[in-house]
Amino acid sequence: MNAVRKQRLMIIVGVVVGLGIATGLLLFALTQNINLFYTPQQIAAGEAPVGANMRVGGLVVPGSVIRNNETLDVSFDLTDGQGTFSVHYHGILPDLFREGQGIVANGVLVAADRFEAEEVLAKHDEEYMPPEVQDALEKAGHPGANADDASNKGEPKGGAGVYTRGYKADGQY
Amino acid sequence: MLSAVWQTLTRWYHQWGSPRYFFQYSGVLLRWLWPLAIVATMTGLVWGLAFAPADYQQGDSYRIIFIHVPAASAALLGYVSMGVAGLVGLVWRMKMADIMIKAIAPFGAILAAVALITGAIWGKPTWGTYWVWDARLTSMLLMLFLYLGVIALINAIPDPRQAGRAASLLSVVGVINVVIVKYSVQWWQSLHQGSTLKVVGETAMPAEMLSPLLISMLGIYLLFACTVLVRARTEIMRRERKSQWLKEALQ
Repeated sequence: MNAVRKQRLMIIVGVVVGLGIATGLLLFALTQNINLFYTPQQIAAGEAPVGANMRVGGLVVPGSVIRNNETLDVSFDLTDGQGTFSVHYHGILPDLFREGQGIVANGVLVAADRFEAEEVLAKHDEEYMPPEVQDALEKAGHPGANADDASNKGEPKGGAGVYTRGYKADGQY
Repeated sequence: MLSAVWQTLTRWYHQWGSPRYFFQYSGVLLRWLWPLAIVATMTGLVWGLAFAPADYQQGDSYRIIFIHVPAASAALLGYVSMGVAGLVGLVWRMKMADIMIKAIAPFGAILAAVALITGAIWGKPTWGTYWVWDARLTSMLLMLFLYLGVIALINAIPDPRQAGRAASLLSVVGVINVVIVKYSVQWWQSLHQGSTLKVVGETAMPAEMLSPLLISMLGIYLLFACTVLVRARTEIMRRERKSQWLKEALQ
């Protein structure tokens, strides 16, 4: 490689590395804004502003879903194994909403343990399986085979990875 | 052994870097690549869309993965190829590198758009919304705009050398965004799920779903390669229209 090309290569590498570091720092500084939602742990720690519009995400606690028979009101608890709070919603839930499933809700935290949702989205996980395989897993009593009671037994399903990724390390979950 | 590989690579680099050699041998290559690309794409899509088993949670709506994932990954790969071509163009001032960027950008932009649109169509029944401004979706949208930016730069600057240099720089710098797209679901909390296909570790998908997915990915990659070669040949013909060798090659 001759000197001119070497110099050009160095300039471009410098530009890319510089811009890369700048972008990295920018994104790091904006982490809180880029994160789509607050986790129950963050809310338990008081990191989420009460009264502000925001999104929260977590796993629906099995057995906590209470539906009103007259209206579309529904309430359920959201957890990540570190914190729990209740979510209240008025509207139609997405098809994939179920107990043990990961969800993201948009709304207002009215108190430290109560969230009023305006929108509830189901978070899907990266696992795909034919129904027969899931049936077989269930029959064999495989832990976490059933998405509905997954969080009771072992590995949670339904996009749980993102909520539990940080907590597995210290063996808390 | 290693030096022999290096020598072969340098030889290929110099050969394929010459428009004349490229024009001649890309024609030969395309004769094999087109049928292969069409067969792989058709096999992967028909198998995935019609014969692969349904998903236990999503039913049939998950089948959009057989279009969404190949399109998204080919769009990422296409941008990285543009970045490599951009680097070669900026450092070695190779004409073919500029031609390659011009050849890659349009189909890459289309694939990025396909990934975004299929994702939105899938998102409505699965998540409950077409669009959410999470890290993955936003960075992918930025990639579509970067592709469009490269196309716009090439078309806005009349001098091909100047245009090539500007497009090369945007291609090289834009590779930073490819890294962000790739890791966005790990670095930040997003609505978009993590990667199903993993280079290391177990893939969260059984073989009867994974095989058609991998075949459609191969098919889309090959299809991308075919369109790039065709577009590069067209561009060579346009630029070398006064050359004697081209007239001879076309006779």
